[in-house]
Amino acid sequence: MSMAAFTVPSVAHAPSDRNSLDEKISVRDLDFFYGDHRALKSINVPLYRGKVTAFIGPSGCGKSTLLRVLNRMYDLYPNQRATGEVLLDGENILDPAQDLNLLRARIGMVFQKPTPFPMTIYENIAFGLRLYEKLPKSELDDRVKHALERAALWNEVKDKLGANGQSLSGGQQQRLCIARTVAVKPEVILFDEPCSALDPISTAKIEELIDELKEDYTITIVTHNMQQAARVSDFTAFMYLGELVEYGDTTKMFTSPSDRRTQDYITGRFG
Amino acid sequence: MMNDPHTAKAFDNDLQDLARMVAEMGGLAEKQINEAVSALARRDATLAQRVTTGDAAIDALQREIEERAVLTIARRQPMAVDLREIVGALRLANDLERIGDLAKNIGKRVLALNGEFPPPKLIRGVEHMADLVLGQLKTVLDSYAQRDLSKAMVVWRGDEEIDAMTTSVFRELLTYMMEDPRNITFCIHLLFCAKNIERMGDHATNIAETIHYIVEGKPMADKRPKGDDTTAFAALRAAGDR
Repeated sequence: MSMAAFTVPSVAHAPSDRNSLDEKISVRDLDFFYGDHRALKSINVPLYRGKVTAFIGPSGCGKSTLLRVLNRMYDLYPNQRATGEVLLDGENILDPAQDLNLLRARIGMVFQKPTPFPMTIYENIAFGLRLYEKLPKSELDDRVKHALERAALWNEVKDKLGANGQSLSGGQQQRLCIARTVAVKPEVILFDEPCSALDPISTAKIEELIDELKEDYTITIVTHNMQQAARVSDFTAFMYLGELVEYGDTTKMFTSPSDRRTQDYITGRFG
Repeated sequence: MMNDPHTAKAFDNDLQDLARMVAEMGGLAEKQINEAVSALARRDATLAQRVTTGDAAIDALQREIEERAVLTIARRQPMAVDLREIVGALRLANDLERIGDLAKNIGKRVLALNGEFPPPKLIRGVEHMADLVLGQLKTVLDSYAQRDLSKAMVVWRGDEEIDAMTTSVFRELLTYMMEDPRNITFCIHLLFCAKNIERMGDHATNIAETIHYIVEGKPMADKRPKGDDTTAFAALRAAGDR
């Protein structure tokens, strides 16, 4: 029997296809410091347009830090700085002249714990829209509906848009947050452990959503759930102690990684 | 095992148990081949009978390995080398089960030969093939136990010799059949025995390929060297060359 039976066909990213990949974000020689502590060390990684890139690694490896750099969240804190380049469509977003409000509209983020605002379901979404655009009421309604549909939440909340967002279940709250992010039409969505507080059904719904969203967005997900990374992503990056140890096609990373440290981590042999 | 232990020790036990069961199956398969060929050489119906009933133990082990592998996948969601270990164990168990079936078939043929006496010279050819295959199987099982890829490659390349041997046994049997039609019955039985042994060799190379996959994480790049494919006998081997 031929060994070909073992190779998983990689449809989305066969080597020939790789040339046609388009770098939405290019991280180049990125270093990040919390005071004197160097939390990211010379990170180089592409985030391809229309693809899902997963970041995995043990706690404290720098993956969440990297996400925080991608939309300049660290700017909110003193003594934190980044050097190197993060190019979004070729433009360095680390540039001090970068308009942060605009940047955060282009790069949306969904956090580990659902963070609905203490207001109605409708307002949770309309709030962000009003910040960036002046829309007539009818169009605002459409945009809210569309965002809730994209987040696969519309059918569950269409009859109670006036209810408080915090009255929803954890999984619904997380999808509300995704709807809020999608509403302002970002180009990139960063997911930081989006399912760690959710039950398996809600997790499956979010994963299904990520699959649908990647048609239109560039998606990055940080997760501790290895199987989730293997399921939802096209590319995977393994980080350890602030370094990018290995980056590659997800199928390869989870069946035969090149680096021993990656293998030890994903097979549960670490430390 | 060359890999470090898992944080969850029970996972290591699962994998070790699987490897142990595969090794046990391998041992049984070797014994079955040995006894089947001895029964043939000595026309020992009792031993042949034992071989035909002994196959059930190999089948049972295969089922046990399958159940254990499925359970381990469900429980641990294995990744990378662990996943390959488990898939590899499943494949090895399949190949070993087939080897067991082929040995059993030789046993049945010995029983069917009852009373016929093929010339010892003819049986020697088949015996020699069996020796080669047993050597191959032993080496490949050692290679599995030690995760020693170089040994697996020796087996992978060594199959050519068995193929050549098969062709020569076929020629010899053909001569006998042409010489006297009364020889045809036992010659056909012997021919199938030779074919069975040749198929066992193919399973040994399958196992070598699986070991390559377990260790390297990718299929073999090369094509296995083949004997002379231009003769009429090549077709007889074709089934095993897929």
